[in-house]
This record gives sequence, C-alpha cells and structure tokens, in this order.
Amino acid sequence: MDRQPRSPWGLYLHVPYCATRCGYCDFNTYTADELGPGASRAGYADTLVEEIRLARRALPDAPAVSTVFFGGGTPTLIGADALVRILSVVRTEFGLEPGAEVTTEANPDSLDRSGLERLLAGGFTRVSFGVQSLAPGVLRVLDRTHTPGRSLEVLRDAREVGFAHVSADLIYGTPGETDSDLAESVERVLESGIDHLSAYALIVEPGTRLGRQVARGEVVSPDDDIAADRYGIVDAIAQVAGLDWYEVSNWARPGGECRHNLGYWRGLDWWGAGPGAHGHLSGLRWWNVKHPAAYAAAIHGAELPVAEYEELGSQERRVEHLMLGMRLREGLPVADIPAREADALCAEGLLELEESLVRLTPRGRLLADLVVRRITD
Amino acid sequence: MPAPAPGRTDPSVIRNFCIIAHIDHGKSTLADRMLQITGVVDDRQMRAQYLDRMDIERERGITIKSQAVRLPYRAQDGRDYVLNLIDTPGHVDFTYEVSRSLAACEGAVLLVDAAQGIEAQTLANLYLALENDLQIIPVLNKIDLPAAQPDKYAAELAHIIGCAPEDVLRVSAKTGDGVGELLEEVVRTVPSPVGNPDAPLRALIFDSVYDTYRGVVTYVRVIDGHVSTRERIAMMSTKAVHDLLEVGIISPEPMAAEAIGVGEVGYLITGVKDVRQSRVGDTVTSASKGATEALGGYRDPKPMVFSGLYPLDGSDYPDLREALDKLKLNDAALVFEPESSVALGFGFRCGFLGLLHLEIVRERLEREFGLDLISTAPNVVYHVTMDDGTEIEVTNPSEFPTGKVAEVREPVVRATILAPSDFVGTIMELCQARRGALLGMDYLSQDRVELRYTLPLAEIVFDFFDQLKSRTKGYASLDYEPSGEEAATLVKVDILLHGDAVDAFSAIVHRDKAYAYGVAMTAKLRELIPRQQFEVPIQAAIGSRVIARETIRAIRKDVLAKCYGGDITRKRKLLEKQKEGKKRMKMVGRVEVPQEAFIAALSTGEDAGKK
Repeated sequence: MDRQPRSPWGLYLHVPYCATRCGYCDFNTYTADELGPGASRAGYADTLVEEIRLARRALPDAPAVSTVFFGGGTPTLIGADALVRILSVVRTEFGLEPGAEVTTEANPDSLDRSGLERLLAGGFTRVSFGVQSLAPGVLRVLDRTHTPGRSLEVLRDAREVGFAHVSADLIYGTPGETDSDLAESVERVLESGIDHLSAYALIVEPGTRLGRQVARGEVVSPDDDIAADRYGIVDAIAQVAGLDWYEVSNWARPGGECRHNLGYWRGLDWWGAGPGAHGHLSGLRWWNVKHPAAYAAAIHGAELPVAEYEELGSQERRVEHLMLGMRLREGLPVADIPAREADALCAEGLLELEESLVRLTPRGRLLADLVVRRITD
Repeated sequence: MPAPAPGRTDPSVIRNFCIIAHIDHGKSTLADRMLQITGVVDDRQMRAQYLDRMDIERERGITIKSQAVRLPYRAQDGRDYVLNLIDTPGHVDFTYEVSRSLAACEGAVLLVDAAQGIEAQTLANLYLALENDLQIIPVLNKIDLPAAQPDKYAAELAHIIGCAPEDVLRVSAKTGDGVGELLEEVVRTVPSPVGNPDAPLRALIFDSVYDTYRGVVTYVRVIDGHVSTRERIAMMSTKAVHDLLEVGIISPEPMAAEAIGVGEVGYLITGVKDVRQSRVGDTVTSASKGATEALGGYRDPKPMVFSGLYPLDGSDYPDLREALDKLKLNDAALVFEPESSVALGFGFRCGFLGLLHLEIVRERLEREFGLDLISTAPNVVYHVTMDDGTEIEVTNPSEFPTGKVAEVREPVVRATILAPSDFVGTIMELCQARRGALLGMDYLSQDRVELRYTLPLAEIVFDFFDQLKSRTKGYASLDYEPSGEEAATLVKVDILLHGDAVDAFSAIVHRDKAYAYGVAMTAKLRELIPRQQFEVPIQAAIGSRVIARETIRAIRKDVLAKCYGGDITRKRKLLEKQKEGKKRMKMVGRVEVPQEAFIAALSTGEDAGKK
C-alpha cells in the first residue's frame, strides 16, 4: 500500500459473532451455527492476528496506533484473554501511543467481573456495553437476553474494577416503549457512574425479523415524531447528569468522548480488520469480504481480504467532510459552507454560529441529514 | 381476360364495401383472408393484420387510420370484379371518420363474434351504415370457437337488422371457412356504384395519411368524373389548389395508375406535407371547370377532450413541441397550444377527439419520440356566460372565471350501452351517479338489453368506461355521440398547497361532487407529499371558500442515528441519491413536491371524487 496512516490513527477490529441474533440487527454478525467450516469462533483470534500482521507489512511506516476499537458482533464472546492477546499483537506490530484509547464493545451478559479485570490488566481503557434498554418489555421486543439488573451491575463493576471510561448504548423508539421507560433507562444507566452514552433511534431494517413483523403488521413501526420526542428526553437527562452531546447520537462527560469514533467524523485514518470491516487511508476507502469463511480463506492465503475499494475525488471528499463534520458539536468552519445556505439555516434555527464555526442547534440535530443535503448542494 | 385496369373499370363490376366490427371480433383477420383468397397477397408475403400499419394498431388490435385495398376477384359467374375493401377505424372517438368511410361504400359486412354477440359500437356503426343506405351483410365470425353460439346470435342480428336468421352468414376468418361464400355474397348483393362519368370530378376524401417520403397520401372514392395524373385539383372546403403528382390504387401495396374513375377507390399524392390540407370528408374536384357543389357531410374535426401534456424533464419541452408538430402532420384532429403551469412548468394544452385519441397520441409521443410525459386529468370544453353577458370558453380548469357566473354549459352525449339484462340495475345506478338521464331501454334478445342515456361528457371522461366494465364483469359495451350542451351547476375546485393554488389539480366538477372531490384530493396529496421543514396546509376551495383541509405536519426528524466508519460510503451514496431525487422535485411556492406525487394525483385510474 502506497499510503501510510498519519497520527492520530486507529485500528478497528471486527468480531463477527453473537450468541444469538437480535430481531432488529442487520450487522455483519453470525451465531455459531450459522457458520460453515473454516470460520469457527475458536480459530478467529488467530485469523484476526494474521490480518494485523498483514496490515503491518502493508504499512511499514505507520506510527504507533492512537486508538483501538473492538466492535461486533460481540467481541467479548471470544473471551477477554483472546482480546488481550490480539491487543498484544497490535502492540508488538505497531506499538501503542502513550495514552492510547483501547475500547471493546460488550454485551452485559458476555462479560463478568473477572473478564473486566483481565481486560484492564491487558491494556484496555474503555468498555462500551450494549444495554439498549432497562425496560423488560423493550428488551423482549429487541430479543435481548440480558436482564435490566445485569446491565446495571456490569456498568458498576466496570467502574469499580477501574475503567475510567465506560459507555452504555441505548436504543429508543422501540415498539411498545413509553417515554418513561426511556427516561428511566437513561437516568439509571447514568447513575451507575459511566462517562459516555450513545443513543440510537431504532431503525426497522427490511430483512430482519423485526422488519418482517412490521411488514406483516404484527408490530407497529415507531413513528418519527415519537422518536424526535424521545431524543429530546435523552438529551435533557444526559445534560442534567453532566454529559453533553459531542456527536448527534453521542454524549460524554468532558474527556469521556470516544476518540476512536471521533476519528471517523474528523476524516482521520484507520485500518479495519475482520470480515466486512471498513478502512480509510487519506481518501482511499476499502472494505473486506463479509463472510467469515471467505475472509479466513483470504487471510490463510496471506492475502488482504479486500472486497472493494473506492478512491474519493475532491467533490466526494468535500461531501464527506460536511456530512461527517456537521454531526459533531465542534461543528464546521462557516467558510466551508455556502454562505447563503449558512445564513438561511441559522435564520431557520437549524444552525448556530459561534465565532467562525457553525454547529447544529437541538432542532437541527434531529434534522442533520436535511441540513447536510442543503449544505452539500 | 385480364383484371379491369384502374381508370378503365366499368362501375358495374365494382363493389365497394367495408367491415363493421368490434375490437377483437376478427375484422383484420377477415381482411387477411380476403387478401389471400383474392390472391393479392400470396401465402409467403402474408403477415397477420396486414392492413394495420402502426405498431399501436397491431398491438391493440384496433384500426386507427382507414385503409382501402383493391381486390380483383373472379366470381363464380365467371366475371372479373373489383372489390374495394375499405377498412374503417373502430372506435367511438373516430365516429366521424367512420361515417366518411361508410359514405365511400355501397355495402357493409356486419361482422360479429359468434361467442359474444353485437357490441354497442358495432351497433352504432351499423346505424350509421343504415343511414348511409348501405347494403348490410350480416356475418358471424369465429364459428369454430367452442364457446360460439351461432344460433343465438344469428337470431339477435336478424332481430336488429330485420332479416331472417338463416340469412346470417357464418365464417371463421381464422380458418378461412365461409370467406369464399362471403365474397360471393358481396358480389351478389352490394350495389355497384352509380355516378356520372362525364360530370366534373367529385371525389370524397375518406382518409389522409402523412408519409415521410411522399408527403400526404389522400384516400378518395371517386363519385363523379375521373381524376388523372398531372391534373390540377382543388379542395372544395379550403379552396386550396394542388398539382397532382400521382394517382394510384392499393392492392395491397400502392401502385401508380393513369387515372381512376367513377366508383373507384384510390389515392392521390400532391406533395403537400400536412394532412390538414387534405381533410377527411372534403370533396376533391378539378382546379379548372370543377364541380360547383361539394359532396355533403363535411365537418371540421372538433376536439372534445383536453389535457395538458408536460415533459417530465423541463428541458424536453422543445422536443415535445417538435414531436407534436410531426404528429399533427398525420392527425388532422389533434390541436395544441403552449401553456405553462406553476406546478408542471411549460407544456401544451392538447385537444383530442376522445380518450382513446388522447391515449394514442400520448403513447406515440412516448414511444416514437422517446418522451416522458405527465398528462393532467382530461377535461371537456365548458361555455360560461357571465352575469354581464360575456361568453367564455374554458378548455382548461384554471381558466374558469372567478366573477359572477350566470350559467355554465357542458357538452353532453347520447350514450348507448349494451349489456346482459342481469346488469341493468347496476348500470342504471352508475349512470344515475354520473348525472345521466335515461332515454330508453330495449331488449335486443331475451337476455340482452340496450340502454340509452344522455350523460355529461365530463362524466364519461372520468373513468366511466372502466367503471362500467368492472361493474358488468366486462360484458357491457358503450358507444356515444355528441349531443350538444346542457347547463349544469358546475364549480371549479382549486387545490391550495401552503396557500398557493396548484393549477394542475384544479377541476371543474358538479357542485354536489365538489366536497367529495376536495376531500379525496387533499387526502391523497397528504399521503403523496413528503413532510417539509414547516407545516403545510392542503386545502380544497371553491373560490375563497375552503371545503376540505388536510395538514402535512412539519418534519421533525431527518437524521440517521448511526454513522460510524463502516457506514460512511453507504451514507454518502444515499445522500447523492437523495440529492438526485431532489432535482426531480417541483417547487410549489416553498413546498417541494416530488414528480411522482403529481403523476399519482393526476392519474385518472384511481381518481378522486368518484365512488
């Protein structure tokens, strides 16, 4: 590869396994019995390690890694020790920058206190839990197997064993959810002392079990206006608890922002390893083959498992810069936006101007895509 | 003995006849068999529907333009005859053209499907033929079909035309069975033409067709005198004089001839480029010492139904103009003038003979000229008298006057509906709902009824035929002819989007139906128009009085919650797609309306206001 990452840069490591498939999920993830031979969970860590080594060969001049993010799927399903071992390969191959952020996603019931301790000892600095909701009815619709009690327990455990950075993911707008279900979920996860919150409106994807239920009329699809109200609830409670938004769907205490994810929105470089993982190096975007078996076959043949790539032209880079940067609280230089559109959006109350930067207002955050369409015209 | 040559044919051996039939009753197939039996087309050259020239004609199984073919035929009596088969258009929109084709004949083959019986249009054309004193030869076709009921329908035909059931011939155009006997019957019963060979030329134009290479080809039947090449001819209605470049007959390909004389049917070419120079029903005579009296029955084509045609892509406007100009060369009834719509941009208000004519023109524009079009809901012509006595003609609802209206008159038609008697109730219900007045009802046979109504043309234009078909399981047939104007309580309903009237959605409707129209249209638009950044009221109003209202609430959420590393490419592509979509939006004031919303709202198939 003729391009080398520039610091700060990140590594994304995808673990495509889940214990069960949730009814709303359309991610590239597999349960144990969905996979054919050659892609077993047991051998996966070794395969991923191989890609890290191949990446190192492709990036001989790469500086030390600034952020590492294990995502999935459920990364903790391959065990804390395996994650630690993979991280140690990252350390030996690329080196970790001092103060590097190392995150793993986890399910509340796939990680216990001992696992947390081993992750911390192995160099992890941050855990992000897929809590989704604390309302039992909502968890049932979402097919989540954990209990509300278990979620709160694991969040507290993570804090207690010494993780400075703990995040919870919530989903709002699930069929059957009430305003108070959501408010209570937000309040209680924040009471556990975490410093980061992500909240996503449920999207009913066609092809998922929930999508089919909605199509058959068995479940009523969440209404956009309700979702807008619920977003307001999340934002208000987070602010009171001392977490401010830093991206449309992310809130953090000062210093609790996820630096790895900020890299995506700021257009930084990262290598994505694992089936279906995406990477970006100064205007080149690529993604790996999706199926774990095809992925494993490529890796074992000592080939990069790239499925496709695209080279961004100047117009595409500009559009991405506006599309991603607009989502951030830090905003965009007003000079990057057509002046007339900037004035109009401010007058309409969707953008606010602070010195030479524009950022989304609370109403604008809910209409971010509309704003982006207008500023990229 | 050679076949009689054009220009030297004794009228006594000429038989001019046409075939009156409903769509699908086998007219073109019968014509095909006649071409084969008389030997003008050999089996190798034969193709189905030989005489139908346009793709649309073949596909739809209808004839839009007339054709005339000269068939030399040696009859069983040993004499050589000339049979001129004049193929006629087969649709209610073209009644006038049919009447001129009939006027060129002395006989008509009344062809009826032995499995279906006579249809309303066939009956109407039969009455036209009887008015023209044509000798009628009743024929049942498709007797080879298992579902054929020849005895039943022979009795029905006998009842209608007043002959004996055994006089009804039985043929299968498909197999050719009985077609030879039919030709003999034509020779035996159709009178030979009578005219004065020494009088000045008088020839009836029964069709004219534009040909890219040859200009306008005019089809005529010579009544008196004769016409020869290199003669100067005059059109009696327009007084236009043309040099004749070619005279000929069609058998079944065009063949130039020295002349054609009394009773003969053929074509004239003058090099003229526009069919309007050669109008159906007009009389052709010699430029010098021509006839002084034209043949009767000429009428200017009068558009009955209007619709706005707009290019989907505004930049196609010049192409649309060019395409309409070209179509006009071959379609004397098509009229159009530029108009602009706030909602749809620049287009043309076009006048048509009827709905089929509209559909054909639209289809030809799309197919032959590659245009994507939006057409507004068709409307008829209204005459409005104001309180101060001013008269206004309204061909576009947006021109409907706003001042004090004394009277509005709308065109009405005399409609004939034929159907099995089981459906009388449901048909009456439909006609009543469409403001019809029953004129009479007759039983054609024990189980078939003819209903006659006066109906506003506007109601017919409004998917009447679809409704009739669906309520009678497809058994009913409809025919109608213009029957003047009647006053009615009509109002214009405007549709306002965020306070701005959308001209394309204005409609002139009966006062009793205005509310239903308004409610249905506003509800439909609420479904079709996406939510905007602000609240958008949709109102239906008569003048300043709002009769229905819906609201599109302001959009509050338009953001994808997740946008991480793996989502970026997909999201950028989605954004590009959305922006493409936005280009196809039309702005109505500040409201963005997708093109599809206009098309869906204007589609007559499921139009508002009907129940």
